[in-house]
Amino acid sequence: MKKSDALGAPFQPETFEFTDMSVVEEIFSRYPKGREHSGIMPLLDLAQRQVAVTGPYGDYPTGGGWIPKAAMDKVAELCGVAPMKVYEVSTFYSMYNLEPVGKYLVQLCTTTPCWLCGSSAIVKACSDTLGIGMGQTTADGYFTLMEVECLGACTNGPMVQINDDYFEDLTAESMSAILESLKKDVMPPSGPQNGRVGSMALTGPTTLEKRAKKAGVS
Amino acid sequence: MLKDRDRIYTNIYGWESPFLDGAQARGDWSGAKDIIKKGPEWIIEEMKTSGLRGRGGAGFPTGMKWSFMPKEVGERPHYLVINADESEPGTCKDREIMRHEPHKLIEGALYASFAMQAHHAYIYVRGEFISEASNLVKAIYEAREAGLLGKNAAGTGWDFDITLHRGAGAYICGEETALLESLEGKKGQPRNKPPFPAMAGLYSCPTTINNVETIASVPEILKRGGHWFANLGKDEKNTGTKLFCISGHVNSPCVVEEEMGIRMKDLIEKHAGGVRGGWDNLKAVIPGGSSCPILPKDVCDTVLMDFDSLREVQSGLGTAGLIVMDQSTDVIYAIARLSHFYMHESCGQCTPCREGTGWLWRVMTRMVKGDAEISEIDTLLEVTKEIEGHTICAHGDASAWPIQGLMRHFRPEVEKRIMAYKRQNKKAA
Repeated sequence: MKKSDALGAPFQPETFEFTDMSVVEEIFSRYPKGREHSGIMPLLDLAQRQVAVTGPYGDYPTGGGWIPKAAMDKVAELCGVAPMKVYEVSTFYSMYNLEPVGKYLVQLCTTTPCWLCGSSAIVKACSDTLGIGMGQTTADGYFTLMEVECLGACTNGPMVQINDDYFEDLTAESMSAILESLKKDVMPPSGPQNGRVGSMALTGPTTLEKRAKKAGVS
Repeated sequence: MLKDRDRIYTNIYGWESPFLDGAQARGDWSGAKDIIKKGPEWIIEEMKTSGLRGRGGAGFPTGMKWSFMPKEVGERPHYLVINADESEPGTCKDREIMRHEPHKLIEGALYASFAMQAHHAYIYVRGEFISEASNLVKAIYEAREAGLLGKNAAGTGWDFDITLHRGAGAYICGEETALLESLEGKKGQPRNKPPFPAMAGLYSCPTTINNVETIASVPEILKRGGHWFANLGKDEKNTGTKLFCISGHVNSPCVVEEEMGIRMKDLIEKHAGGVRGGWDNLKAVIPGGSSCPILPKDVCDTVLMDFDSLREVQSGLGTAGLIVMDQSTDVIYAIARLSHFYMHESCGQCTPCREGTGWLWRVMTRMVKGDAEISEIDTLLEVTKEIEGHTICAHGDASAWPIQGLMRHFRPEVEKRIMAYKRQNKKAA
């Protein structure tokens, strides 16, 4: 997502309130007194998640999480810092969406390890299934495609992140199947899509064979 | 080859419960009182004996790093900060610890914090690792409930607690001072050093930043003794066990714990099912995560996987994330894609890196097509030298090294592509 369009979402609500102040209090309790500024990042995340739950603002056709400017101002007020300090943070980090995104935000890793294992085919499968390109949202507001840098699951590539979950060891077929399932609002099981256990070799354990047997893994 | 009895991580694939029941059955949290009773000096000495070098990439001796902290706690409290911002392409080992062995990390944090007289530790987890962070949070909560954290943690007499802080998608926050900035609620831009974090780190208090794998190794080292760890590995400077992540063109990619100094070929063949199409189909390997220079097959035939052996061949162990490429690979694009990564992740603070990484990527993109002059290869290398060493943090260096490695070993391939492009365009004209 282009960060130069900072704070430039086409619709900005006038005000923002956190729905559950006890969560805000819990966040502040994690940091020493007088260090409320450490709460900026968790509060921005909380705001984004709240928007995802409360749904679209105005008649904006989407259910995905993003951070309106009013929420940044609210975070600044709660943390006792100038609003600019919060804008700096929200525009720096790639996980804060400054514009509405689809209900399902599909982040595709195309960095070298995933690329070697065929991420280009995954990108194509997404585009073909959804009829949109990178950085675009489907007309019904269901899906946004986003190309991202390494998501840190390299031995399970190619992989994508959809909202909070990783989908790993993908093929074009399994990728399309996941998207078709999400069109019906059915969340498929996350993790490896080829029956692998975590990051263990698909062919079976190469270490700790006795423990594997005991745990029923082969 | 590492024997199963010498493995630190016995649940790295998540076969058993990652939580307290499973962890205690695997021996975690046993004898915590006895270890604390031996005192901070003993812990630091034992860590020095073990020869453990930081597992986050730089390989700085852990025991020595800990000894840089002030001996007495002054007005300002001490902090331990654990770097779980794992984002180096090719690296996915800390993720496995957090989701499958979280109690090793929590227990290690107690000993490390006690050794440095810290009562509080922060774990900075990369934002995308949501299920990993939630496993870790759950483990922290159950540890608190079981009295293993909090006042008189684990009955040791030491008050200790942990806070988890999630990042939000910035590779640069893996740089320790950028991480501190981020933890303080700011943009993740690295700080000038000095002052070093051991003097003025988090909230300007004495702070030590360690990688997840480093801290998670601590309990086993203290329980079995530094000598046990030091006896594993290649030599006294490359000791112990290490989690290796093998990705790319291998038959069965995996994360595996092996002995430091294992032969690269053995590692790939024994654990990752070998290179696709056989060892002779190998073209190159990036041995330690994206910033370590690429190695061609003839080096890979014999090289050992440890800090010093890889340095001798002008690369590095880094995070021990091996990216394997077979003969079908467009190695120029593979490196160009990394240039894109470094451009995207530059924090923008220092001019050589902010402007340079973009310039490198643009030129590399032309090199992929062959749309360049042969002389530009030298210009490109010169620019990498202008970036390297001229920035506050190592991000600039890390953007330069992959390209230098490419030209060191695959220059003829780059030249060939340029010539081919020229020929083709002549024909078209």
